[in-house]
Amino acid sequence: MSILSTEEARAILKKALSFSKADECEVSLNGSEGGNIRYARNAVSTAGDMSSMGLAISSTFGKKTGSATINEFDDASLEKVVRRSEELAQLAPANPEYVSLEGPKTFAESITFNPTTARVNPDIRAEAVRKSLEVAKAANLEAAGFLENTTSFRAIMNSKGLYAYNKDTDVSFSVTTRNQAGTGSGYVSNSFNDITKLDTLALTKIAAAKANGSAGARAIEPGKYTVILEPLAASDMLSNLVRGFDARGAEEGRSFMSKKGGETRLGEQLFNEQVNIYSDPFNPELPGATWNGDGLPVERTSWVEKGIVKNLSYSRFWAQKKGVKPLPSAGRIIMEGGSASLEDLIKSTEKGILVTRFWYIRSVDPQTLLLTGLTRDGTFYIENGKIMFPIKNFRFNESPIIMLNNVEALGKAERNGNMIVPPMKIRDFTFSSLSDAV
Amino acid sequence: MLQSVPLIGRDIALEESLIPIDTTLKKRLADIALNAARSKGATYADVRIGRYLNQFLTTRENRVENISNTESYGMGIRVIANGSWGFASIDQLTEDNIARAAATAVQIAKVNSKLLTEPVKLAPQRGYGEVSWKTPIEKNAFEIPIKEKTELLLSVNDAAMKGGANYVNSSLFLVNEQKYFASTEGSYIDQDVHRLWPTFTVTKIDPKSGKFETRNSLSSPMGMGYEYLIPKKEEEIEGLFTIYKNRYNMLEDMTTATRQVDEKLRSKPVEAGKYDLVIDPTNLFLTIHESVGHPTELDRVLGYEANYAGTSFLTLDKWESKKFNFGSKIVNFEADKTQKGSLAAVGYDDEGVKCKNWDIIKDGILVNYQTIRDQAHILGLPESQGCCYADSWSSVQFQRMPNVSLKPGKAALNPADMIKNVEKGIYIFGRNSYSIDQQRYNFQFSGQLCFEIKDGKIGGLLKDVAYQANTQEFWNACSAICDEKDYRIGGSFFDGKGQPSQVSAVSHGCSTTMFKGVNVINTGRKI
Repeated sequence: MSILSTEEARAILKKALSFSKADECEVSLNGSEGGNIRYARNAVSTAGDMSSMGLAISSTFGKKTGSATINEFDDASLEKVVRRSEELAQLAPANPEYVSLEGPKTFAESITFNPTTARVNPDIRAEAVRKSLEVAKAANLEAAGFLENTTSFRAIMNSKGLYAYNKDTDVSFSVTTRNQAGTGSGYVSNSFNDITKLDTLALTKIAAAKANGSAGARAIEPGKYTVILEPLAASDMLSNLVRGFDARGAEEGRSFMSKKGGETRLGEQLFNEQVNIYSDPFNPELPGATWNGDGLPVERTSWVEKGIVKNLSYSRFWAQKKGVKPLPSAGRIIMEGGSASLEDLIKSTEKGILVTRFWYIRSVDPQTLLLTGLTRDGTFYIENGKIMFPIKNFRFNESPIIMLNNVEALGKAERNGNMIVPPMKIRDFTFSSLSDAV
Repeated sequence: MLQSVPLIGRDIALEESLIPIDTTLKKRLADIALNAARSKGATYADVRIGRYLNQFLTTRENRVENISNTESYGMGIRVIANGSWGFASIDQLTEDNIARAAATAVQIAKVNSKLLTEPVKLAPQRGYGEVSWKTPIEKNAFEIPIKEKTELLLSVNDAAMKGGANYVNSSLFLVNEQKYFASTEGSYIDQDVHRLWPTFTVTKIDPKSGKFETRNSLSSPMGMGYEYLIPKKEEEIEGLFTIYKNRYNMLEDMTTATRQVDEKLRSKPVEAGKYDLVIDPTNLFLTIHESVGHPTELDRVLGYEANYAGTSFLTLDKWESKKFNFGSKIVNFEADKTQKGSLAAVGYDDEGVKCKNWDIIKDGILVNYQTIRDQAHILGLPESQGCCYADSWSSVQFQRMPNVSLKPGKAALNPADMIKNVEKGIYIFGRNSYSIDQQRYNFQFSGQLCFEIKDGKIGGLLKDVAYQANTQEFWNACSAICDEKDYRIGGSFFDGKGQPSQVSAVSHGCSTTMFKGVNVINTGRKI
């Protein structure tokens, strides 16, 4: 078994720490178990079970740190790994950015573990895939998909008395369905902590409807269009944005959050007033750990309120240098939405394009956060509040900063992957060329 | 598809990484797994015992940010039972655990066999007995003292700071895969694979405007030892500035880069339109990777990657026609898993097939793909092409890209002479932003340095340049290729594919190449 309880983990960490002679010492223990199944061409392709556990130790003398790890947990092995990290620390160059470890803290208990998900086995995975294949075959489509479940734990303890433990479960599923002629493609994906929320049959039906609906796409001219981004497409753009909410990059002058002379855009109205972004480990749909690897508490954090950037993350070093409190980086992001459904957004659109998802997004210019990428698996033309016909995929060149300035309306937010985001209606979204890809 | 840098594995002491694991022990562990799999009903089994060593050194300005030595050690057991694949991996290699993992792999295969449409069909493969292979390195980079490596990086950073840089980051990635493969067909293959990648980014900020520019290293990740970092005059090409073949002068490249960042800050925006592009191998390798390497992967063509990386426009009917014009007549691409110094070179792939080379595009026509054992019959091939790879003992091996390279031009031609014939063009160096659709038709690439060419002469640097094209149109616009004297390999150290996603390293060789009338866009924006 690679999953330990908090008592079992604490005992091993305490033992390891008892061997330490360093000025400061931190030990962490990680374990994971899980499996996956992959299918394509309407049949299973590869599948597997994986299990591993390891202990990592960091010893520090002054500002010199050495690290070592091991996957044996008897007393002799633990002592050996402690000694090795201490030897390495003595040989290491001093790190001027070393910050003394965090002291003891009480962390709230997370809601990340689900016992039903932890019990998933190869039969359950195969049955979930069977249901998905049934839908694809009935719709005369070819399915390729992936289902993976993981149970993991992480515990840390340090010489200043800090201890933290978290156990987590996760299941993710995605499926692509394509018609036999290769002229239509649909996709759906999602992740859950609780496997009982995963319905591979219902999800595959959505992908199947997209595949059949996207066949026979017409080419329309690239240019600026009003778009309705489904939550999956919107989250693709947002994940590139939130990585930039970091104080150091901004203050060093090399991020879209930078201004001249070391100033930043913190506190500025960077987006439309409808934009509110935060993270919250206690969101029941998107739970997260209540502490991070540095031993800092992870709490509800507001990043953008009414379009104004409210916070930038500070590493422990950068916070100490700047005389502020450290703030863990934006992890699992939640963007608030409205009450409108996706259908409502379509109905309110005179002329526009519905985007299911984006693909191969890469940064073109870090200064403006200009991104490029393509639409994929279902792009549709809207006129007078109705989906008129499928259209060929586009390449876009657009910045999420410009995009979130051009928000016309937001729908009801929902989880997609590791984000909760609403469908968005955006004006003047820039498509620069056509793609023949289906 | 390329990914950001993954850090996989556990930290270990440096001295420990230099002690190889005894082959006798690996053979004994492998036999336990193979026998256990057979006894549970597997009709085929292979086992990979992997020890993957990584060393990452990262620095910024005048300090070492991180030195990390990691090791990942364990076993992956793959079986066929009831005609279906099954797999299990473990990192505690006791006899009981190995037998249990083999049983799990067989159980998974049997459960999943209900979801098959046809049984797995493997191309015949003879067992090689006990054989071994090692990357032909001159200096094991793991044996070079850490101090020497950090001093190199810090001296390179120092050159940048003295040249007026605001920030500089440099790093060195070292990989050593110690892989042991055994199969029920009688192969016991021990391999010792080495790769490295030195790289940097230098940044300058214009205080007046608050704008910043960067220039990345023009190094290549290589399947070499530390000798790659020891400069050699014969491996340098003098042109607009010095560029490097099979040896890299990191200090000199940094000095050049620091100067060029100033020029980038002063560069003028490109005017969108059609240009003749002269593309240096430091940029073209990535275009080859994305537009030639990926669409000729047979698993993509067949739909096995449809749910993630995508499919391919190079469908089987195009190959069967024997007349699909992938590119102009001078375009020849070769797949090669044996090329010295390349990232994908090994003796045997991860399902025990001896490596080789073959044509993929010949005289502009699509003639072949990249295959593994369970795909070879689809192309009517008598054997696998040896393209199977897993990035860890804990990952299932599957079809990965061999080195795919553009053959140099036969007639003598160097970049300077090539440029003389360009009326309105851009000369592009270095990898930058890259994006391509899931069937590999439409792509957009930008570079580290984009020089204007006007009436056969090189002008200043241009900014906000990206070239957008359709793969087939682009390679059909290929009008000239420099000769073998200009041939260099570039590479991707972390190419991503598969679910769960796995990385692989692959090289792409070419000489400077010209493309007529390619669409260039201006990517400048105001926020």
